[in-house]
Amino acid sequence: MTVVERREIALVDLLDRLLAGGVVITGDVTLRIADVDLVRIDLNALISSVNANVPSPFEALEEQ
Amino acid sequence: MTGLRYVYAVCRPLEAPLQAQLTGVAGAPAKPLAHHGLIAVVSEVPEQDFAEEPLRAHLEDLDWLAATARAHQGVIDALTVVTTPLPLRLATVFRDDSGVRSMIEAREDHIRRTLDRLEGRVEWGVKVYFENVESERAGQSAEPAPRPASGRDYLRRRRQESRAHEDQWQRAEAFATALHGKLSAFAEDTRLHPPQNAALTGAAGRNVLNAAYLVPRAHSEEFVELVDRTKDDSPGMRVELTGPWAAYSFAGDTPPEETPEETPEETPDEAPGGEEAEGRA
Repeated sequence: MTVVERREIALVDLLDRLLAGGVVITGDVTLRIADVDLVRIDLNALISSVNANVPSPFEALEEQ
Repeated sequence: MTGLRYVYAVCRPLEAPLQAQLTGVAGAPAKPLAHHGLIAVVSEVPEQDFAEEPLRAHLEDLDWLAATARAHQGVIDALTVVTTPLPLRLATVFRDDSGVRSMIEAREDHIRRTLDRLEGRVEWGVKVYFENVESERAGQSAEPAPRPASGRDYLRRRRQESRAHEDQWQRAEAFATALHGKLSAFAEDTRLHPPQNAALTGAAGRNVLNAAYLVPRAHSEEFVELVDRTKDDSPGMRVELTGPWAAYSFAGDTPPEETPEETPEETPDEAPGGEEAEGRA
């Protein structure tokens, strides 16, 4: 059942670590990633792209 | 076009050379930059993508974020073969090499302390999912549930399901708590990540534990066996192991409970390279 997921590191597992872990150093050029905000933005984008393919169970009910 | 410096990790001088074709985030090779007896692993990235504004925009583009994260991880992975790296957070960018050197100088003590703490350790990720195996049995009827004939049928079925869910939920929580306790006792340190959203992972079931464990590399095999043994303990629970990772989840500042008296009242200054270190170089 988990064979597919294990083929490569899941992006969420990677982002758990790269966006919330690691040493936070302010570069002299760039932003320090505001972890919470960024994760929220990205995950929301992910969720909406996923949800487009997964109809809510209530839609089927309403059609009846 | 000017190149900026993307820093992946800081580590102690490498005993073995980095692999020759180690490609970094923008396709440029990742190279060691030595300073003050430490090594920053750095690659050149284009300003048009990695200056603050374009970077901010890119980070909201999932394809870009995924490609960058995987390239970052690729470099860290290669490093873990030859050393114990101190991984930096994704997208830590400096203007030039001297910016990287100043960062090393400013944080030298802290970097060394953290490297000592992580030396020879790896991170294992353990996730527990609980799968909804009993939902079909939850209804009174032994037959597969037909489509609800009415809204009331639907709601009644939902109520039954939610009662069954609650029992399962408690079982899942007990299972995850027990497993976390067992693994924590074995590991040197642990971090809890927020549970992952099933919609994101596409994984079956609900994620009830998403934890990271810091384990000496030499004890990794035992740790994996420990996880493996618990896997079939409880029906409906699925345990997933990821790793070994570089110690991403443990690279941050030491947990507050270890240094409570040092925590200042105000927001901690997370940029020690800022005020004090400026101008005295």
